[in-house]
Amino acid sequence: MKLDGKIPEGPLEQKWSLHKKNMKLVAPNNRRKYEVIIVGTGLAGGAAAASLAEMGYKVKSFCIQDSARRAHSIAAQGGINAAKNYPNDGDSVWRLFYDTIKGGDYRSREANVYRLAEVANNIIDQAVAQGVPFAREYSGLLANRSFGGAQVSRTFYARGQTGQQLLLGAYQAMMRQVQEGGVEYFPRHEMLEVVIIDGKARGIITRDLVSGEIVRHEADAVVLATGGYGNVFYLSTNAKNSNVTAAWRAHKKGALFANPCYVQVHPTCIPVSGDYQSKLTLMSESLRNDGRVWVPRKKGDDRHPNDIPDEERYYYLEERYPSFGNLVPRDVASRNAKLVCDEGLGVGETGLAVYLDFRDAIKRDGLDTISAKYGNLFDMYHNIAGENPYKQPMKIYPAVHYTMGGLWVDYNLMTNVPGLFATGEANFSDHGANRLGASALMQGLSDGYFVLPATIGNYLADEEIGKRYGTDHAEFEKAAGEAQAQIDKLLSIKGKRTIVDFHRTLGKIVWDNIGIARNAEDLKKAIKEIQELREEFWTNVYVPGEKNNYNKYLEFAGRVADFFELAELMAKDALDREESCGCHLREEYQSEEGEAIRNDEDFSYVAAWEYQGVNGELKEQLHKENLEFEFVELKQRSYK
Amino acid sequence: MTIHLKYWKQDGPDAQGYFEEKTLDTVNEHMSFLEMLDVLNEELQLEGKDPVEFDYDCREGICGSCNLVINGQAHGPNAKTACCQLHMRTYNDGDHITIEPPRAAAFPVIKDLVVDRSGFDRIIEAGGYVSVKTGSAQEANSTPIEKHSSDMAFDYATCIGCGACVAACPNASASLFTGAKIAHLNKMPQGEVERYDRVVAMVDQMKEEGFGDCSNYGECEAVCPQGISISAIAEMRRDYVKAMFS
Ligand SMILES: Cc1cc2nc3c(=O)[nH]c(=O)nc-3n(C[C@H](O)[C@H](O)[C@H](O)COP(=O)(O)OP(=O)(O)OC[C@H]3O[C@@H](n4cnc5c(N)ncnc54)[C@H](O)[C@@H]3O)c2cc1C
Ligand code: FES
Repeated sequence: MKLDGKIPEGPLEQKWSLHKKNMKLVAPNNRRKYEVIIVGTGLAGGAAAASLAEMGYKVKSFCIQDSARRAHSIAAQGGINAAKNYPNDGDSVWRLFYDTIKGGDYRSREANVYRLAEVANNIIDQAVAQGVPFAREYSGLLANRSFGGAQVSRTFYARGQTGQQLLLGAYQAMMRQVQEGGVEYFPRHEMLEVVIIDGKARGIITRDLVSGEIVRHEADAVVLATGGYGNVFYLSTNAKNSNVTAAWRAHKKGALFANPCYVQVHPTCIPVSGDYQSKLTLMSESLRNDGRVWVPRKKGDDRHPNDIPDEERYYYLEERYPSFGNLVPRDVASRNAKLVCDEGLGVGETGLAVYLDFRDAIKRDGLDTISAKYGNLFDMYHNIAGENPYKQPMKIYPAVHYTMGGLWVDYNLMTNVPGLFATGEANFSDHGANRLGASALMQGLSDGYFVLPATIGNYLADEEIGKRYGTDHAEFEKAAGEAQAQIDKLLSIKGKRTIVDFHRTLGKIVWDNIGIARNAEDLKKAIKEIQELREEFWTNVYVPGEKNNYNKYLEFAGRVADFFELAELMAKDALDREESCGCHLREEYQSEEGEAIRNDEDFSYVAAWEYQGVNGELKEQLHKENLEFEFVELKQRSYK
Repeated sequence: MTIHLKYWKQDGPDAQGYFEEKTLDTVNEHMSFLEMLDVLNEELQLEGKDPVEFDYDCREGICGSCNLVINGQAHGPNAKTACCQLHMRTYNDGDHITIEPPRAAAFPVIKDLVVDRSGFDRIIEAGGYVSVKTGSAQEANSTPIEKHSSDMAFDYATCIGCGACVAACPNASASLFTGAKIAHLNKMPQGEVERYDRVVAMVDQMKEEGFGDCSNYGECEAVCPQGISISAIAEMRRDYVKAMFS
């Protein structure tokens, strides 16, 4: 299979505009004759549903939650980037592009990333016009802050609830189209299969999560905006319903899955407190602007942190990275937290935590200043951890946060299956091996408001108007049968271990071996363990309840089944990539000081995997899309 | 610690509901309330029984999925705290806790503690937006907005749509939810153009859904996990009257 990214010709700055000029259009009166299925109502899916319906297409929108407004995007805290350069601090589209591609450790496409940076400004305009209450200055103009170590202030934010406000903007625009009849809306529906007829995506199979009914939907194109797969780790900052099912089932029908091993671990989360833990909570990384990270120098030092004198504290980030200190990028901060804990210096009951201390900041700036900056975060911490961070250091530990990998798409956001598109976190496209802060919201909305609405027309223009195979077509029949058969199978096992038990055990294997640091030996061991546990899952899982009723555990069972396969692919991908890049640290490929070493000669490619079946072992074939860099020079990152 | 639970079971919208009871001995003070229910469900399953269904997603107090009524209080005893953010350290060893779904005619039970809140979507559908199409926006900084107004808009926009306000209201009114969206958009110049059409459409939809009227009990504000002020309702009513008589 030859992978064609379909990157347009021309200078970097003009690729998108030239492409828009050259793409085919669908005439306005014909648009209502085309139906588009959009699975997912997060930023990527909600924005696309609203925009396509406004253009006149007939949209069918699906989500798992009881309302589109509850998609996982709602939880994003920190902000969204755009190179408006309002602060006049030297920002530009080029700089945003450059920071993003460098941040991704040169494992993404130049053309995609440039387009993202270019379109970002329009997102801010659009959101403001919808009434999104971004933070403002006393002048009444929009405020910006610097985020995630960026040297310019280009992040727009709405207190700590930027995702919520942007999502509500997209949701409201979408609901307006529901009322106008442009969007048919299916909350509490889970997509279980894509239907492919004559090589093209022509519909989906869903389960109505209230009645349990298996439903068939036909359309001219299918868009998956179904988010990331961080929950393969069981514990992550993702919402509980976040899953890989839609993307994975599409993968099993032929869509390539790219770079599955690229997973971002966020350094500042509240540590695990016990076995019952169901998810992890992110503390904004802005905390590292004023908090100092440390562990006791002495192993097993069980004094209260306030009683440990300065000379017995190991401010390891400041010592190891004198120029960036506590503000090193996410991957570097996470890796170092793990290293000191592996050395036995971790704190707290589990030994899997480090201190984030505001003592000195409070002494320097005063309690009021610190409270004005971080008050809500401190309260949140206090509420969850039961300790007062004004009086003693917070305990933090890294947690899985974002997945850069996803369905392979070309420049038009179309997978290798014609008519099947993937947007937002569900695709692999823009963040390479590591995502910069405040750029996922940017990508989801760029895909949803501006890119997909342009590129999908180019595809539909060649599709016969009003062509329908009927949902009794053999392929619909088959796909619906497969979806039903899996549900029946899961319910029939009636084993001894619960779904949560399996998921937690799987998550631990994935975290220990395909987490912050990886090596060949552990990856091989993990593959074996995953296979064995998967085998047991299919013979010993207990799925309660019935199929024809609301049954959350049945939903989870299907998702965990897919995580079991994905996990094995992640390990294979991590094993294949014999280099360290971005969030992917292979212990065999690091400098003596523990810095990642990239191998551009051999690994400057997107790893796109083709599913070939599971039989005890997951069979996948690797296809490589070589990354060409015409406009930027590749450099090793250094934060020393 | 040990907690004695009593929770609502109901097979479907038309089925007869009932309480079931179970004592948990393995509750840890650091657990969140929903994690405590996870533990309950694990135990039930290991006994071969059906788990109790409840709604959740983010478990961070922002998605608005969770909406349990705990000992008669929407989201439980802590102010400005969604029940997914409530921790068991709030309770004492040996406590009795009763868990019910929010009860309102406009929120029919789907199963156990899960209810149908689609009425909220239809209220937004009726007018909770600015009618701006993608691509037609002007440069973001061309309209300055007074910081104070914009901050106030945010305070209303922060509603998570959980429905605690409805659950707490003796009239099962959705006035705080509806008023919050109206007040948010009123505070921004972008919302001004459709101001009066919006209020009429949304308030009428709220009535059509079967939500009750507001009699100023103020219970909604007290339970709102985001602390949204009841002044939103006053603003909504003022605008509604103006729209009717202008
Ligand atoms: C705690 C937290 C904080 C974050 N903060 C930031 C930030 O400050 N800035 C930033 O840029 N990014 C941030 N991110 C990342 C960002 O929020 C996400 O990457 C982004 O919101 C993903 O959007 P999406 O539209 O792709 O998917 P999602 O918002 O995850 O939406 C997925 C949608 O798909 C639906 N779905 C999934 N599977 C199915 C199925 N099988 N059938 C039907 N529907 C399905 C879901 O119901 C949902 O509607 C944060 C992430 C987390 C976890
Ligand atoms: S689960 Fe999201 S608000 Fe409680």
